[in-house]
Amino acid sequence: MTDLWQGLVQAFWLVVTFDAELAEISLRSLRVTLTALVVASAIAMPLAAFLSVQRFRFRRHVVALLNALMGLPPVVVGLVVYLMLSRSGPFGVLGLLFTPTAMITAQVIIIVPLIASIAHQSLRDLWQEYHDLLISINVTRRQKIATLLWDARRALLTAGLAGFGRAIGEVGAIMIVGGNIDNATRVLTTAIALETGKGDFALALALGIVLVALAVAVNVAIHWLSRTEREGRW
Amino acid sequence: MVSALFPLTVKGATTTRRGKVLAGPIDLTLDGGGTCVVIGPNGAGKTSLLRMLHGTARITRGQVTWACDTETARHHQAFVFQHPVMLRRSVIENLVYPLRVRGMPRTAARQRAVDWATRIGLGHMLERHAPVLSGGEQQKLAIARALIVEPRLLFLDEPCASLDGRAMREVEEILVQAAASGTRLILSTHDMGQARRLADQVVFLLRGKVQETGLAKNFFDQPQTSQAVAFLNGDIVE
Repeated sequence: MTDLWQGLVQAFWLVVTFDAELAEISLRSLRVTLTALVVASAIAMPLAAFLSVQRFRFRRHVVALLNALMGLPPVVVGLVVYLMLSRSGPFGVLGLLFTPTAMITAQVIIIVPLIASIAHQSLRDLWQEYHDLLISINVTRRQKIATLLWDARRALLTAGLAGFGRAIGEVGAIMIVGGNIDNATRVLTTAIALETGKGDFALALALGIVLVALAVAVNVAIHWLSRTEREGRW
Repeated sequence: MVSALFPLTVKGATTTRRGKVLAGPIDLTLDGGGTCVVIGPNGAGKTSLLRMLHGTARITRGQVTWACDTETARHHQAFVFQHPVMLRRSVIENLVYPLRVRGMPRTAARQRAVDWATRIGLGHMLERHAPVLSGGEQQKLAIARALIVEPRLLFLDEPCASLDGRAMREVEEILVQAAASGTRLILSTHDMGQARRLADQVVFLLRGKVQETGLAKNFFDQPQTSQAVAFLNGDIVE
């Protein structure tokens, strides 16, 4: 209980004094996660729309695989990305291991199936609603996909936010590929793991509170900006 | 204007779903102008016939032949569904959509959409979200969205099925104007009053097959089959 109270107090002072290290770690967390989110959304959402409108032989299998990959263990993803980016790996020449780019790569791999699966459920329902109309209007496949993505944008926001939540809380994979290097790849989650290991529970808790506040703030900001609950909308 | 598509010839066309015949085999020839009304009891195959002609239902046997190639014919058609499908956009964006799909510049598309919205009495609610409109407003918007691309042929599947008298009258006025401006209408209904008001030609369907077809006046005054007589008398025909 003492640790919890100390953590709250320390979190409060870290924020009000605008602690430089905390700010740096928080900004890095945001930068890595938001970049991963943008890249993953750019892959997952068109993929989900394609799977909704296109009929092909193994479509059901692909959808099932995508759903299964939602439960991909981050540590395994981290290990695979590590092997790919290590000096002896196929992409070792790029020198990306222990950089934010490696962390973004791992996060993208983890959240693409999650965003694609959630997006696919929404887009599939919308496609059932629009199917006859769009066929009747003679729209091309590209136009179908664009229409679905635009008209389901608020549902897709939920998918994106789910991906953001998963990515910003991720620790296993980015610890492996990022290395938790001070001033380089340390983010809030890896810093929490480090401080917990050192026994500084108050600081770890303070970082945890900042992490939760950051995640909630981004969610609220995106909802507010997109006016999700605006009257007269669905 | 409609001569490029017609005559339309249907030879033994059948559509099935999961092994069950929804309509067919249907043999039918439609030519000339005016409004063709497809009538028949529930389950007679009216919707399936319209969908086969429009190409949204797969023809498993037989064929539908237009005076031009099928691609051109499809380009000049539009379809209004019994339950209007509203894009999750504003009224104006619903009207702009089919024009933009066809490559019309946004400014010109928007101008035409405003004209059409005004014409159908929705000019004061351009920015309203279409899915929250009333049933009558949605159906008028769906018809306007279909007519805005100036189709030569418009299919309407029971367009007034769930509308009250006033909304039905407004929809029929739009349809009469469209027919007068040269758009050929093929609509299904089981409302005999509407069929008498709108039809120049009638196709009477029963159990997925054409029972009788001809000019509306002849059909309503002197039906040739006992089933048509019974249907017009309001008897239960199955």
